[in-house]
Amino acid sequence: MSTKRRWFSLLGVLVLFSLLLAACGAPATTAAPTATQAPVETKAPVAETSEAAPTTAPTEPPAPSVPNCGTEPVTLNAYFETGFDLPFKLAEEFSKQYPNVTWDIKQDQFTNLINSTPRLLSGDNPPDLIRLPTMVSFAKQGLLKDLDGYAAAFGWDKWPVPQLNQNRVAPDGTRGSGTLYAMGLNYSLTGIFYNKSLAAQIGMTEPPKTLAEFEDYLAKAKAAGLLPIMAWGSAKSGMGLAFPLQALMASVGPVEPINDWIFQKPGATIDTPSNLIAAQHLEQWIKNGYFPPDINAIEYTDANVRFTKGEGVFLFNGDWENWRYDKDMPGNVGFFLMPPAEEGKPPAAMSAPLTYGIAAKAKNPDCAAFFLNWVATNEKARAINVQYGGSNPGGPADLPLPPVPEGSITNQTLAAGAIIGKAGTAMDFIANATSSIFAQGWTPELQKMVAGKQDAAGLLKAVQAEYERELAEQ
Amino acid sequence: MTISNSTISTATAISRRSLPRRRPRRASIIGWLFTLPALIMYAAFVLIPLLLSVYYSFFKWDGIGPMTWVGMRNYITVFKVPDLIGTIFNAFRLVLWFSLFPVGLGLVIASLIHRVAPGRFGDLVRTVVFLPQVIPLVAAGIIWGWLLSLPGLVNQILRSIGLGAITRAWLGDFDWALPAVGIIGIWVLLGFCTVLLLTGISKIDPALYEAARIDGASWFDEFIHVTVPLLRQEIGVCLTVTVINALAAFDIVYVATGGGPGNSTAVPGIQIYILAFTEQQIGLASALAVMLMILVFVVILPIQRLTRETY
Repeated sequence: MSTKRRWFSLLGVLVLFSLLLAACGAPATTAAPTATQAPVETKAPVAETSEAAPTTAPTEPPAPSVPNCGTEPVTLNAYFETGFDLPFKLAEEFSKQYPNVTWDIKQDQFTNLINSTPRLLSGDNPPDLIRLPTMVSFAKQGLLKDLDGYAAAFGWDKWPVPQLNQNRVAPDGTRGSGTLYAMGLNYSLTGIFYNKSLAAQIGMTEPPKTLAEFEDYLAKAKAAGLLPIMAWGSAKSGMGLAFPLQALMASVGPVEPINDWIFQKPGATIDTPSNLIAAQHLEQWIKNGYFPPDINAIEYTDANVRFTKGEGVFLFNGDWENWRYDKDMPGNVGFFLMPPAEEGKPPAAMSAPLTYGIAAKAKNPDCAAFFLNWVATNEKARAINVQYGGSNPGGPADLPLPPVPEGSITNQTLAAGAIIGKAGTAMDFIANATSSIFAQGWTPELQKMVAGKQDAAGLLKAVQAEYERELAEQ
Repeated sequence: MTISNSTISTATAISRRSLPRRRPRRASIIGWLFTLPALIMYAAFVLIPLLLSVYYSFFKWDGIGPMTWVGMRNYITVFKVPDLIGTIFNAFRLVLWFSLFPVGLGLVIASLIHRVAPGRFGDLVRTVVFLPQVIPLVAAGIIWGWLLSLPGLVNQILRSIGLGAITRAWLGDFDWALPAVGIIGIWVLLGFCTVLLLTGISKIDPALYEAARIDGASWFDEFIHVTVPLLRQEIGVCLTVTVINALAAFDIVYVATGGGPGNSTAVPGIQIYILAFTEQQIGLASALAVMLMILVFVVILPIQRLTRETY
């Protein structure tokens, strides 16, 4: 054997090993980022005059030490969600009012964002603003900016409590209290949309007041040969029956245990007696044929299209689809909150912030925080928010809601949102409890229920077991 | 996905193993030099990720923070959680649809084209059968979703021929979703098999067919006694590629059902994806991936053995 040959094989081995080492070394050396600095310390140059911001409408003029975008050119590095115009419109308006701010906007589908966010946050070019699909794990990993300093500086902590607490994460990883890691661009609301002309056919002149009344209408719709509830349920879209199930849970039982479970409070369980009653209602609805027979194959967008074309009297969905219903069934769509099981009990609803966070290592955190504050307080921004988002823009309780065109469904959802806000019965979505409880728990188990392969008790037990498995592995 | 790529390339690497030895030394060095760029790429994008997956599978790691050694715990979890081990059974059910049907049908179509329609018509059939290979799978998946939906074309046809009773949302039905995904798989993979086998047939000495015909052999006799035995190697390649496609399936299932309904079409590829990217359990995902790779080896090696034996 020649020396040359040996030399070559040695070289080959060396190349292999060096590559291997390089690849192995990468993750090991990326230590978790250290605790974030309190952001208020960073003093940005204060704009002398705000001639570019003629319509700023916070109740008090900002104190001189409040973080802002300065006067130097700033480029905000942002990741938005594809398919939703709102953040793009807001960014455009923001640059109009603050011409020194330009945007570098990347966008991706929500499902892709779920998978890519950890790498975006920990990467070399961490975003100043990013749509956060989930936040607990990122907060625990130190990838998100601690916003408590900004909350104090801008006075966010004086806003109605439910707005911020969904974005708070405690050191033990439970949500609902602790450090603020994100803000909502707006606060969406879910409930029941209905086709007015079909509702008239079954004699529904005004929204039901109780669950029993609602179920009565469902039975009437079925008897009239109509599809009572349009819904989606394919694994690709995620099982839409999670919406009516959660609505039923809050209708028959209290809201707090549901939120505790979503926020991963120690010992929280979804398998409670009142949730069992809720799941039994849903199982009965399925057995009664209140949902489309092909629900397990229906995609989210198809369900919406079929509803706007007149298939289904009711549809459980959120106000982010207001624009679609206004456009495709103008004047023919109504909205009401899921009625409570007992008359007089306040209604409850899923109401989640459209969550945006700032990367811990972001280059322009002050400007990003200023933007988040501007979105909730600037009159023009709030108008855009309602026009393109259809949801409540949040912000200080004493700011008036922007005007909405006459006849838009948004009037009804905003009014409903005020009721929920007053009652304090907002919930996050049960599909957001852990990062994959929807894909691994709710969706397959509810699909089984549709096929008669799972009952109400089994559903809650299976989801609870999956929840505990995921928490144990965290 | 890297799983399927790496398994395919390892499988092809196996089939090219026995190269002639005893070359002049100089030529051998030059030969190595020529393969060096490819080897480096192969190492960087196949071997190292593969070794890393094995390495990760012994850790609990979210992909960002520090890694914790957990030994065999991830492997135990794979066996303990029914939803994870269940995906492997689904993968084997897919082998029937992704592998046996396309190869079997491909053989019949190829030999029919060869015997009955070698001319224009044969070219046309070959093109039509091969077309799915050209169409982007995601687009095809969406279209198949429409075709197989309750108001879709498949059910319209069934209703129009009086079979309205069996119409259903094929991809949303617990019993039928996997066969429906299987049919999409046949549609995708049949063209590949047919073209490969047709090429193989064209290399068979025509004298053999002539002799068979003189002896009064029917198409079926020819098929059993000439075509199939002499296509052994091509069949081997088809089986290898399609079995890997079935066991390591991701794309077709992901675009058709996403693993639903109720995990009835969930395959290891889908679970690995969810575990790694949604749940951020890189270690557990790697453990399942490693088990999938071993499984592919266990199934592929006998196929390679059987189809390489010569008479």
